[in-house]
Amino acid sequence: MDFLFVLNNALGVALSPTTAAYALAAIGIGVHFGYAGLLNFGQAGFMAIGAYAFGITTLTLGFPFPLAFLSAVVASVVFALILGIPTLRLRADYLAIVTIASAEIVRYIVSTTGLSDVTGGASGLSAFAGSFQAMNPLPSGSYGFGPWTYSRAEFWVFLWGWGLVAIATVVVWLLMRSPWGRVVKGIREDEDAVRSLGKNVYAYKMQALVLGGVFGSLAGVIFILPRAIQPTNYATTLTFFTWTILLLGGAATVFGPIIGSMIFWVLLVLTEGVIGGLVRADIITFISTTQAGQIRFVLLGLALILLVVFRPQGIFGNKKELSFNV
Amino acid sequence: MLTRSRRPRRPPLQALLALGAGLLFAGLLGVAPAAAATAEPAPSASAPAEGTGFSVGGTIANGDEPVEGAEILVEGDGFSEVATTDDEGVWRVQVPAQGSYTSTLDVDTLPEGVEPRDPDNVMRTSNLNTTPNANVLFPMGESTIQGTSIWDTVLTRLIYGINFGLMLALAAIGISLIFGTTGLNNFAHGELLTFGALISFFLTAVLGWSIWAAIAVTLVASAAFGWFHDAAIFKPLRRRRVGLVQAMIVTIGLSIVLRYVFLMIFGGRTEFIQTGFNQVVPIGPANLQASSLISMGISVVVLAAVALFLTKTRIGKATRAVSDNAALAAASGIDVDRIIRIVWVLGATLTGLSGILYGVFRGVSWIMGFQILLLLFAAVTLGGLGSAFGALVGAIIIGLVTELSTLWLPADLRFATALIILILILLLRPQGILGRRERIG
Amino acid sequence: MSEPTVVTHPLVVGPVGPGCKKVDPIVIADGVVRRFGGNTAVHVDHVEVPRGKITALIGPNGAGKTTFFNLLTGFDKPNEGDWSFNGQNLGNVPAFKVARRGMVRTFQLTKSLGRLTVLQNMLLGATKQPGENVFTALFKPLWKSREEEITTRADDLLARFKLDAKREDYAASLSGGQRKLLEMARALMSEPELVMLDEPMAGVNPALTQSLLGHIKELKNDGTSVLFVEHDMHMVRHISDWVIVMAEGKVVAEGPPETVMDDQAVIDAYLGAHHDTDLGDMIEQKSVAERARRVEAKEASLADD
Ligand SMILES: Nc1ncnc2c1ncn2[C@@H]1O[C@H](COP(=O)(O)OP(=O)(O)OP(=O)(O)O)[C@@H](O)[C@H]1O
Ligand SMILES: [Mg+2]
Repeated sequence: MDFLFVLNNALGVALSPTTAAYALAAIGIGVHFGYAGLLNFGQAGFMAIGAYAFGITTLTLGFPFPLAFLSAVVASVVFALILGIPTLRLRADYLAIVTIASAEIVRYIVSTTGLSDVTGGASGLSAFAGSFQAMNPLPSGSYGFGPWTYSRAEFWVFLWGWGLVAIATVVVWLLMRSPWGRVVKGIREDEDAVRSLGKNVYAYKMQALVLGGVFGSLAGVIFILPRAIQPTNYATTLTFFTWTILLLGGAATVFGPIIGSMIFWVLLVLTEGVIGGLVRADIITFISTTQAGQIRFVLLGLALILLVVFRPQGIFGNKKELSFNV
Repeated sequence: MLTRSRRPRRPPLQALLALGAGLLFAGLLGVAPAAAATAEPAPSASAPAEGTGFSVGGTIANGDEPVEGAEILVEGDGFSEVATTDDEGVWRVQVPAQGSYTSTLDVDTLPEGVEPRDPDNVMRTSNLNTTPNANVLFPMGESTIQGTSIWDTVLTRLIYGINFGLMLALAAIGISLIFGTTGLNNFAHGELLTFGALISFFLTAVLGWSIWAAIAVTLVASAAFGWFHDAAIFKPLRRRRVGLVQAMIVTIGLSIVLRYVFLMIFGGRTEFIQTGFNQVVPIGPANLQASSLISMGISVVVLAAVALFLTKTRIGKATRAVSDNAALAAASGIDVDRIIRIVWVLGATLTGLSGILYGVFRGVSWIMGFQILLLLFAAVTLGGLGSAFGALVGAIIIGLVTELSTLWLPADLRFATALIILILILLLRPQGILGRRERIG
Repeated sequence: MSEPTVVTHPLVVGPVGPGCKKVDPIVIADGVVRRFGGNTAVHVDHVEVPRGKITALIGPNGAGKTTFFNLLTGFDKPNEGDWSFNGQNLGNVPAFKVARRGMVRTFQLTKSLGRLTVLQNMLLGATKQPGENVFTALFKPLWKSREEEITTRADDLLARFKLDAKREDYAASLSGGQRKLLEMARALMSEPELVMLDEPMAGVNPALTQSLLGHIKELKNDGTSVLFVEHDMHMVRHISDWVIVMAEGKVVAEGPPETVMDDQAVIDAYLGAHHDTDLGDMIEQKSVAERARRVEAKEASLADD
């Protein structure tokens, strides 16, 4: 088995646009959960909204890239408002269930056959990145080096993906050191106390929901730029993976989501390569190659459990400012 | 939907395995978590076409009989080709490019006795601008809805809805009891359901046991599984004073672990648990399987027994006391840890039973519990978190909504409808139907 | 009221008695009723809180004091009734707006914001910080000067409440009594017109209690009105100008502290048969009895199904 190949893949994935997309989605729930204490289990819904808004406005309405991009933002704002109005008054655990339900509603609706003229139904949408690539100002050729070598088109997606991650990180950093961030963190601790001090808790929660939702939606756009839109991608599992990333890096930290996403992806690819390689080389004989792929997720689940129990602040989190209510 | 899905549908195992392997390979290239999600059984999506990448196709069947040799004319933008259905009723035409295509069914090529449901309308238009592969439907035979009066249909849906609701209730009460006594939202609860279904499938299909023996052993196994959950995971977490949100995320991790273990053992297939009670019993206009009736009977008896247990026995009352206020219950001499252990065992047993019933009517798969989990949460939330009786009411409502909504809405939206109802009701009653408001200050 | 003699008082228009009219009321409540299921927790026909004075709200456990606080401050909605603050009706005004109008409360069960520092807790109490708007927040120059002002005020209050040494600590690390102090100091950040303190002294050591009493009196001298709930009769007697007594949801007596404390109705209602029992015991007994009642009620309702 070729360890160099596996290693190369793993290093390559650390900077892939998909990793950027997951990081962006995790920054979004970082705003929701890490700072505002909102249990949003519907981030997959926001990602789906972004992806579909982008795909549908491009394919059905013929929007150029900037307009389609803007549509994704607007759609997620509208979705956050629709979601927030009934749920933000609810107790935290109700919010978790309602957000997860809303994300599933989105998924059911985009995959229903009745709407397949617009959404493509179960087969999803593809071939929508034309306008995006037409804007590509880069001269042709290949970019980067070693495991991080990209074609012109790939590099264009790379720049947008990591560019958006950088912008989101700066915005979150600016907000969280400000009085606005203080109010939002106060709400995470005890919303009644903050209310008693004259702050409109509902409005702040809504702002946090919208902000994190927009990040989720943009993550959805980045995620689909190099591939097609598949409705099955937006199942609850996707939300759970973004949560794992957030907790891996540390929920209330600035760089946590980025580092978390990189570690998550590198580990996934590494374990796949190593276990798969060992099975193919007949060193591990009690499982098949298919099962070798599945066992990664068993390990991932275990990692999530151990992390949450033994290092709840994440790898970079502040020990005192634990990410959970004690 | 019950009668239809009752019939074993066996997807070709190899195809599934191949699909799985393909997805895993995709994982290597960096799309794996998404691929993991796609491993959930996708609705019969059209197979990716070779060649141009664009195609129109479909499957024609009369009831469950595939229709062979039917001809379909596909036209559009100067292109025209006739497709013929194969022995599985499948047809597909490669088309040259994106665009709009019409498919017309040639009624004369249908076999004797097979007629389109709507003979005046055998032309369909598909738009290939948004998707490379379009599926076209030509339903055959009498529509079940047209043949019977609306009230008969409503009645049938109502009965199915109640049956489904009762099945949900068994599992939902499990969630509710655990939430009530520990405050934990258990995202791994669906896996308790899958566990029950898998054990029973193994006992009946692989070992050839009778259904009753299988049920008995499954319940014991489920109870042990619930005991294990508490003893190995949740009691130690309580000892460590792990917060509720943390514990909830632990259950998310646990759910992922269990699900993929199930997948490794069972594979991606869907199988049905055979009961042997296949007689049809007409109840008014609804033709029910004997197994549906037995299932409803079992659910009602078990639910009544749980109600009696909670209201009449000492342990049941203690359980409600712990749900009400654990600290106070502990202070008044109730062994809270023991009650929680009992609740885990009871909840897991009820959920295992629900899994068996689900496996009989809707099939056993590694993902079944996770798919149903949200409906369970919806039921519990609707009724008011932590209220066992609320969970029962909520489950029946969810069961009825999912079935009755198919009268007006496409069947693939019925779970969505149930979840929308959940959100609407919470708008009106944020604490759920039977829930209590929390105290402030 | 067995005495037919009419008592008057300079704060009051007409005779003194439950629900009497005040010369200059800051809060007026009328017909406020709150039921929890079959249990009527609050049923106040009429009550007025005098402006610029220290008013104590006393009554046995479960009398409805906290519930009444919740209703007045918009944290709970009554089944019936109106109330006003400074002549403005407060029915259906959300809690945060009530606070902004100058009526700020604390909670019986402290609500310190554990994973914020003590200083951040204090700064949250301030008003008119433009940086609390999500857009201005992005530009520090727009909120920096206000931040400095409120930090000065916060430091000042922290020093007064002996919390200055804890300034940079997480509030979660404070002791129970220190949290009470922090909550009170935080409520004062916005310079409210009326502070409503729900058992401010519970768990605060005697020496500090004395200095807190001093602060409360100072508040009064600055023109702030105070309404507080307290079980410590010495303290009530010591600092309050006016005492309102609640029992079983109703206002059963009110008057200046010297006379109210000796009122037979008050002794019956408040101290009753438990005159000598320790307060802790009473709480325990109350909650056990209440629990038994709730379980019975629940069973009754289950039996109905
Ligand atoms: N959210 C609620 N649900 C049901 N009953 C409640 C609720 N809040 C308060 N009660 C009931 O209302 C009554 C009054 O309670 P409240 O907390 O106002 O008493 P209190 O006067 O503040 O007592 P204490 O001096 O012990 O703090 C009690 O019988 C209590 O059980
Ligand atoms: Mg109180």
